[in-house]
Amino acid sequence: MPDVQSMVVEFVNKLRKRKIEGSQATAKYTVELLRSVISQHRVPHANQAAALIDAVKAVGEQLVAANPVELAVGNVVRRVLHIIREEDLSLTTAAMAGLDLLDASDDDDEDNCKGIGYPAMSAAVVAAARSTLRPPSLQTLLEGTPESATVPYTSSSGADSESKTADKSSITRKLKHDVIEGVNQLIHEIAGCHEQIAEQAIEHIHQNEVILTLGSSRTVLEFLCAAKEKKRSFRVFVAEGAPRYQGHLLAKELVARGLQTTVITDSAVFAMISRVNMVIIGAHAVMANGGVIGPVGVNMAALAAQKHAVPFVVLAGSHKLCPLYPHNPEVLLNELRSPSELLDFGEFSDCLDFGAGSGSPLLQVVNPTFDYVPPNLVSLFITDTGGHNPSYMYRLIADYYSADDLVM
Amino acid sequence: MESRRNPRAVVDPKVRQVGFFTSSQPDSTQQQQPDPIASVSSPPVSTISPSGNSLSPVMIPPPRHNSSDTFPLRGAAAAAASAVSPSSFSYSSRRDFPDGSMTASPGRVSRGSFVKSYVPVASSLPGVGIDSMAAAKSSSVPATGLTTVSVVNMPPGLSEEVQSDQKNNSKSLKEKTTKAERRALQEAQRAAKAAAKAEGGGKVPPVTLGSVAGTSVKAAKTAKPTSQKNDVVVAAGPSEKKGGPSEKDRKKDAPHPRMQYDDESRVVKAKRRAVVKQTEAKNRVELFRHLPQYEHGTQLPDLETKFFQLDPMHPAVYKVGLQYLSGDIAGGNARCIAMLQAFQEVVKDYSTPPEKTLNRDMTAKISSYVSFLIECRPLSVSMGNAIRFVKNRIAKLPITLSESEAKAALQSDIETFINEKIIVADNVIVKHAVTKIRDGDVLLTYGSPTAVEMVLLRAHELRKKFRVLVVDSRPKLEGQLLLRRLIKRGINCTYTHINAISYIMHEVTKVFLGASSVLSNGTVYSRVGTACVAMVANAFRVPVLVCCEAYKFHERVQLDSICSNELGDPNAISKVRGREDINYLDGLTNNTNLQFLNLMYDATPSDYISMIITDYGMVPPTSVPVIVREYQKEHVLV
Repeated sequence: MPDVQSMVVEFVNKLRKRKIEGSQATAKYTVELLRSVISQHRVPHANQAAALIDAVKAVGEQLVAANPVELAVGNVVRRVLHIIREEDLSLTTAAMAGLDLLDASDDDDEDNCKGIGYPAMSAAVVAAARSTLRPPSLQTLLEGTPESATVPYTSSSGADSESKTADKSSITRKLKHDVIEGVNQLIHEIAGCHEQIAEQAIEHIHQNEVILTLGSSRTVLEFLCAAKEKKRSFRVFVAEGAPRYQGHLLAKELVARGLQTTVITDSAVFAMISRVNMVIIGAHAVMANGGVIGPVGVNMAALAAQKHAVPFVVLAGSHKLCPLYPHNPEVLLNELRSPSELLDFGEFSDCLDFGAGSGSPLLQVVNPTFDYVPPNLVSLFITDTGGHNPSYMYRLIADYYSADDLVM
Repeated sequence: MESRRNPRAVVDPKVRQVGFFTSSQPDSTQQQQPDPIASVSSPPVSTISPSGNSLSPVMIPPPRHNSSDTFPLRGAAAAAASAVSPSSFSYSSRRDFPDGSMTASPGRVSRGSFVKSYVPVASSLPGVGIDSMAAAKSSSVPATGLTTVSVVNMPPGLSEEVQSDQKNNSKSLKEKTTKAERRALQEAQRAAKAAAKAEGGGKVPPVTLGSVAGTSVKAAKTAKPTSQKNDVVVAAGPSEKKGGPSEKDRKKDAPHPRMQYDDESRVVKAKRRAVVKQTEAKNRVELFRHLPQYEHGTQLPDLETKFFQLDPMHPAVYKVGLQYLSGDIAGGNARCIAMLQAFQEVVKDYSTPPEKTLNRDMTAKISSYVSFLIECRPLSVSMGNAIRFVKNRIAKLPITLSESEAKAALQSDIETFINEKIIVADNVIVKHAVTKIRDGDVLLTYGSPTAVEMVLLRAHELRKKFRVLVVDSRPKLEGQLLLRRLIKRGINCTYTHINAISYIMHEVTKVFLGASSVLSNGTVYSRVGTACVAMVANAFRVPVLVCCEAYKFHERVQLDSICSNELGDPNAISKVRGREDINYLDGLTNNTNLQFLNLMYDATPSDYISMIITDYGMVPPTSVPVIVREYQKEHVLV
């Protein structure tokens, strides 16, 4: 598949050169690429799910390595893997349920079970499959089926089902179709997350509210505009977000949509926060512990908001939910940009040269891109599925990802 | 109401009086003698709390409630009108009071009616009321019972009548007294208070306040000096009362240092008189209507052409004003020194016009210069304190001095102020602060504070091994200047913007900050962003040390950064210097939906501050009011 391979290489290059900005755009590209990978992948008759998963994983690893800080790539790859597993599981359970009904006493059934690695009876398999698809219930707890039932299943070798070839081939075609269907749904979801989030704006913004925001996020823009369209009149303070000045960009868009906008310097965030009713920011990524990675300066705003008991609201589409728990994210999940954004090299060239001879330069310039907000500073997450507490994030993540994909 | 007193008080000049009054002996005795209650009703009161004697309800200065300021105002108005004979005035003002309520007229006043009459006053003047109640409580039995009973029994009609009467009075009074006059009175009181403190302690027996409430303490403090030293008021508060009409006009000229710009009529008035014609910024931020928001850069050429027309303005002052306007001189110390040096020039070139006294004329001159400087840029607290000092020195020049002697004395006084309060103070701060820097430290500083820079350079001279993180913020980017100076000296530096503060705070061991002012609730008023830095440092458990000279301390209190602040040029925000690619907002500056807010200062809450390093040593923020008090005492004594 040379065309897919070339697409992957192209995308990897873009990621590496940081040509694609914003997690939504990245997520969209990633999922579209993965869709073409899946559709062009020639699936073997035996154990097609595992083959698909391997293919997606291989591409995913390349993409993640290209820009490890852009967590949306990894998230989307994991989502696609999850879709494949889910579709496969549902197909198998459906098939098995049919088998059970048709010839329950057939020894072939037992054979099949052994082949795919289940020591237990087929009823248990069905129960296990259900337990992974459905929310945990008291019944499944009582039955005591291991949660990891799917693990051996998906990684199993396809030595089974010689007798069921015809049946399986129909399943194969159906699986790929279903997976692509699922991926399309994911694309749709990513594209529509702004609207989904913006719909909730009216519940959170009241008349004459003063809102502080920071950085430039399309989600925030849509959110505020949705409230504006519903005839709410409110005021927005935008911190300019030096050195990238994305606040200027956001302010421009807001003004174009007719919102009352005030641009403030980043240093005035603390001074103004006492007159602000709510801080709304768009996240770069949301970690499993409820911590947020956002544009640089967000932690400062969050601390100030906490000091003045101002609600700190984070808007995040579901593709930003990252199933990883962060360790030292300020440093490890950060990215340093060019010092030229802070200092004019022409102005300071003598100072920079000064240290060149002695080995360690006297002047260092730090220009990080992201900031980490610990979960205790976040009041509320608004995702496309509704509002959630930071402490609930781990559960949401369990809905979107399967446990075996967490480490790719 | 001046009935409570000791028989001894006949010879004691410190008596409770109504209205504006002097300490003149005959006056007080006249007041006392006709009072039958004086000896009858409550001798114990005065023996227990002698302070009650010297209390004057009239002299409570801060007009907190509308009703409570009617009396001081009344006094003020009358004082301004008939300042020539204060003693006669005290009677005239008393005549105005509704008879039954205020005047303890001889013979007619029985015990009950006295207390009745007292109560309405108490209601309108909280300070006095508390005092009287407290005094009554501390006195022997009958007084207490009497007071409480009569409060209950007080006929409502009477009090209402009194109140309405007061309101009428106050209204007419407000019309009569101009703002300048009211301010003049306040200043007179302040001067008197200070003067009394200078020689106060000895004369006045130490006040044993016991149960007397805090407000009355205040009242006592203000009242005491005035009762003794009214002559000082006249001489010391030169602004005030007796100045000719021209001086009054000039006083009016001066915009109040903290004028509220949302009061339109005042703004219009101030504008008419202003030398500097400022054009108002187009899109003003609603929250900051009370602050002046001008377009920057438009006035300079206009002022330059005016240079030769402005006769009364001293060229040195004019120059400093222009430098403020253009931003050439920035930073609390630099601005203060420049102003003081200009004043020195003024003093040097000064000659008293005929038929005027040096004290008053020079104060008026300084005031008009100050108002010009305010038009150029709002005063910093440090400058305010320095101006207060200069005026105080002028006021207290002995009349016996000849003009040249007086001028020399003033010049040397100003010189001493610059030396002691700024230069030596900075050296002391450096000496203290350097002890806090150890080898291996990573120090963070924000903006370009002069005191901190001196500390860092000194520590480097002492061969301490440390690294400096310079945090900067838009739009001034003062940190770059500091960065350059530090690197020139060979100090290892890291530079970043304020947004990245959480990223670099991990490695920091101490934060050194400068301050524009330290307010008496411990709030540090400083370059905008300081609060952010202190907050993040606090969150990361990094100690925050603030270096600030004690002359920048102020007794004002402030909780937020909104009520009192300064607004910079809004256009500085829309344009990013040196980054032509950031031009999103270029065409939008006239859009009514878009505003730019360029705050200059913010207030850092005291709980973020670990230590304030001043020339008096290293103190916690809770000790600031102590220093403010001590410093002001010294301020007067110097």
